[in-house]
Amino acid sequence: MCLAIPARVVSIDKDDMATVALEGIRKPVSTALLEEVAVGDYVLVHVGYALHKLSEEEAERTLQLMAEAGVLAEELEDMAGEPAAGAGA
Amino acid sequence: MKYIKEFRDGKLAQKLALAIRQEADPGRRYHLMEFCGGHTHAIFRYGVQDLVPQNVEYVHGPGCPVCVLPVRRLDDAVELALKTNVILTTYGDMMRVPGTKQKSLIRAKAEGADIRMVYSTQDALRIARENPQRQVVFFAIGFETTTPPTAVAILQAKAEGLKNFSVFCNHVLTPPAIAHIVNAPAEPGEAPVKIDGFLGPSHVSSVIGCTPYEPAARDFRKPVVIAGFEPLDVMQSTLMLIRQINEGRHEVENQYTRVVTREGNRKAQKLVDEVLELRRTFEWRGLGYVADSALKIRETFAAFDAEERFALSPKESREVKSCECPAILRGVKKPTECKLFGTVCTPDNPMGACMVSSEGACAAYWSYGRNREAVAAAKGAAA
Repeated sequence: MCLAIPARVVSIDKDDMATVALEGIRKPVSTALLEEVAVGDYVLVHVGYALHKLSEEEAERTLQLMAEAGVLAEELEDMAGEPAAGAGA
Repeated sequence: MKYIKEFRDGKLAQKLALAIRQEADPGRRYHLMEFCGGHTHAIFRYGVQDLVPQNVEYVHGPGCPVCVLPVRRLDDAVELALKTNVILTTYGDMMRVPGTKQKSLIRAKAEGADIRMVYSTQDALRIARENPQRQVVFFAIGFETTTPPTAVAILQAKAEGLKNFSVFCNHVLTPPAIAHIVNAPAEPGEAPVKIDGFLGPSHVSSVIGCTPYEPAARDFRKPVVIAGFEPLDVMQSTLMLIRQINEGRHEVENQYTRVVTREGNRKAQKLVDEVLELRRTFEWRGLGYVADSALKIRETFAAFDAEERFALSPKESREVKSCECPAILRGVKKPTECKLFGTVCTPDNPMGACMVSSEGACAAYWSYGRNREAVAAAKGAAA
């Protein structure tokens, strides 16, 4: 029920509607819940409504944080010279 | 698919798993409740449980709107569809949920009721416009994510002067449910649920923001990390929770920053507040009556309230006997501990809502995890 899909806005239509594209599928969605929206924005689509805009900057930052946690973990493991406890168990 | 594929990357998942193994203290157990069914499905579908150490346990929460809707409200919808001449519109998820005596909306439809599945409240409005001589009722269910589209539809119906559209409102709120789970006394004969922290709702939070969880985190000293629904989101949030627990912190943190802001979607909040108000109490399957945990239509919009427009009879509603949905929703039992699971109750022939809904814990266990324990046992025997 709460599932929502990120999709790209390809046109702004009349009456608070827009068209979004996802992997070749185009769909009309209501933009009544957004303050502003432009062609090219990625929005989270839920039951036919654009619920929120996605932040590209924040998405990059999250991936960066994940990568850093992973790099740190690998360095710690290298320092220990053997697989961390529990690995492969 | 942008914003999806990169958050399912297997190599990065292995690295995060390593970080979790390093930071989890082998001397303690971490009971992490994932509130949403979306999280439960990510955990099972991608095998996240098998990537984290055994002392990190996911406890499945009640965040499945179809599952928590009490059988009485479903029986009301079935009655409305069968005994009046309305067109009942509903999200597809509700169609197969068994009510009292296993009467579901799909059975009512087979008996001649005019029940139509819709994808959006916009479709329900369209049906009302196309059928001016019929009453059209929208069966509204869902958490804060799904509530704003209902509010928009009511406002639109009013603006258009649609006289034949009304809403049977069953929208519920997540923060009171979280507080209830940690605060409510255990049921007789049941051990209290153990929770050290919460993976907080994703898309609900895109609407309500981060602050509504702060009282529960503070008062019950349980950390909350708002977590996205992709597997890497779940893993990073797990790591953030483990860090908070290790450091004795109990804050609300936001992992899902690409969608969730601290203040949420103000416009959506305003629209909901204009049309809906708090219900003093509402029944949840599994949790019982929870104070201030649901929304009803405001007096000024009473013309669009199906509960005002149609007289519904009081009824003796009953769950299917021995269905463990209620205990599963409280987090005290796992689907595999229900004797109906996988025997008489399967997705083809569901006995309870948790097996019907694509977000239900039983559906997740059935789809991805029903052989997990057997496989693990076989591996253990072979080793």
